[in-house]
Amino acid sequence: MTRLLAKMEVDRRLVGLAVVLLVIWIGFDIASGGRFITPRNIFNLSVQTASVAVMACGMVLIIVTRHIDLSVGAILGVLAMIMGVVQSDILPQFLEYNHPMTWIITLLVGLIIGAAIGGVQGLAVGYLGVPAFIVTLGGLLVWRGAAWWVTQGRTVAPLDHNFMLLGGGIEGTIGATWSWIVAAIAIAAIIYAAIMERRRRLSFQFPVKPIWAEYTNTIIKAGLVLVAIITLNAYHLPERAAERILEDRGIPVTPENLMISHGIPVPLLIVALVAIVLTIVAKRTRFGRYVFAMGGNPQAAELAGINVKRMTVAVFALMGVLCAISAAISSARLQSAGNDLGTLDELRVIAAVVIGGTSLAGGVGTIYGALIGALVMQSLQSGMALLGVDTSLQSIVIGLVLVLAVFSDKYFHRRYSDPTS
Amino acid sequence: MNDIKTGQSPLVEMRDIHISFGGVKAVDGVSIDLYPGEVVGVLGHNGAGKSTLIKVLSGAYKADTGQIIVDGHEAKIENARDARDNNIETIYQNLALADNLDAAQNLFLGREIVDKFGFLDDAAMEHKAREVLHRLNPNFHKFTSPVSALSGGQRQSVAIARALLFEARVLIMDEPCAALGVHETRMVGELIAQLKRDGLGILLISHDLHDVFDLSDRLHVMKNGKLVGTVPTKDVTHDDVLGMIILGKMPEHLMHLAGPGATNAPNKEALQ
Repeated sequence: MTRLLAKMEVDRRLVGLAVVLLVIWIGFDIASGGRFITPRNIFNLSVQTASVAVMACGMVLIIVTRHIDLSVGAILGVLAMIMGVVQSDILPQFLEYNHPMTWIITLLVGLIIGAAIGGVQGLAVGYLGVPAFIVTLGGLLVWRGAAWWVTQGRTVAPLDHNFMLLGGGIEGTIGATWSWIVAAIAIAAIIYAAIMERRRRLSFQFPVKPIWAEYTNTIIKAGLVLVAIITLNAYHLPERAAERILEDRGIPVTPENLMISHGIPVPLLIVALVAIVLTIVAKRTRFGRYVFAMGGNPQAAELAGINVKRMTVAVFALMGVLCAISAAISSARLQSAGNDLGTLDELRVIAAVVIGGTSLAGGVGTIYGALIGALVMQSLQSGMALLGVDTSLQSIVIGLVLVLAVFSDKYFHRRYSDPTS
Repeated sequence: MNDIKTGQSPLVEMRDIHISFGGVKAVDGVSIDLYPGEVVGVLGHNGAGKSTLIKVLSGAYKADTGQIIVDGHEAKIENARDARDNNIETIYQNLALADNLDAAQNLFLGREIVDKFGFLDDAAMEHKAREVLHRLNPNFHKFTSPVSALSGGQRQSVAIARALLFEARVLIMDEPCAALGVHETRMVGELIAQLKRDGLGILLISHDLHDVFDLSDRLHVMKNGKLVGTVPTKDVTHDDVLGMIILGKMPEHLMHLAGPGATNAPNKEALQ
């Protein structure tokens, strides 16, 4: 089995994680009498995971460079408040209510301020040499306090109509047709990437995977995309909402027409986009290569002429940008911006990243691992909530799982990573 | 002191280099030079200042005062990139490789090949890495494992290949054989001879005389941050050089080559 996976060049850690996730899902499904693995719950799970998942993608890069960011939850809070005020208090003075530009300007403001906040923290870490743990611990207090100051603690609501689509919900999905189009594009991209990679290696006469492994890998990836889309499309809008939409569009209300699919929720689409972009950045750009080199050996990176200080600023600024995206997703999902938004998110994000196989010692980590890590964490929480487990017990279980995950990873890594193999 | 290779100008000259750390003079007015096609050993005990001196040349430290002259022109070397721009490459004992990256990624670190969209062209880099490493070490096959999985000699191959790949003219090797076995040490020795034939100037830094004696044309010996002296290897014995390293004492027949760090040998007057 191990040799089979090696031939297919599949990350063994990824397989382990996928198995863990599957066990959790099946376990909760059995325990809840079949209420866990349903299109509805999977849909909700994807929306609930989105905010943490987006930040986890950036946290991978931070931890790979041997840093940490404890302030992401607080940055999310202050950015959500700022974006809330921009769209609900400031922009309506110039633009009409729910103007199509409102959400774009709001998001841009959030992204820019997010980059600035992250960049300032990066400056303190990179140029002033203050440990990231301290800088971002300070940041946690500063930005949480700043979140309160934005409105003196007043929760901002209602938010812009278009902005709220970023949070999912009944209208914040792209529907069945578009979901199929996205699936088709994704599958085409998977096949194209596999062919191009193989062709390129062959043109240099490098060893390549056996062709059956190529097919198996591609079919599994494409299959996962298909299953995900089918599941999301199988979740239909509630009858009342569907009725309203049909009436709005002047379509006769028949039982058949009432079956309107949700399709891919917008937050999930954002997560996918962020993950793809960051994976490309990590694997295919100089920036990503330097991030990993810094984590593997900061001195070597410096000696190779990499500007480690500037890179540190850039990585933290990127984290700030992702906090802005997460802030948009979570405030849009709650349809309001409160100053406690994102509380304890830093811990969820770090846990997700670590469960996903990123080493706190730096140099090792993957974006897709962090996504699955986030999904594992959220699945545990939602599953226990579904079973009516006490909130206090939920935290205990999640805390234990985190420690167990890191322990087992270390154990198996030590045991099965034979450097001479 | 340029009577060794008349008619050629030095590849690199370091003149009157001073550098101190918190009041301690690590390098105190040292001048050394290196000619094309020459292997020069820089010897001294731990703490003699040899590594500090060399780090000034490779851009890791900045000298307090002093000049670096490359090809007859004064060069400003303030970081590793400047050194590289002057075709000076350094192979550090343990520092130079990122353990989590593979051979090709390490070879090209800081100077990656990118395609027309600016994305890393890993296949092209691996191709070039295979080519260079095969020439150096035909037994090298682990192109996809992180370098942490390689042996000491293989890692040294990667480090040397890294310097060669970028057309170094001056190669600085810090304890080149420290982590290597007998066979691998011989391999590195052959490699140095080959690079020398290609016209590179090579500086070998070591605290172990035996590592560098047979490979070097000249030896710069340092003690307590000062240059004891520079001697042609063919004119000295092991014992002469040990005397220079340990006592800071120039061999009597070479007194005229003594540097500021040489002690007054008891029979100096007698010699005169």
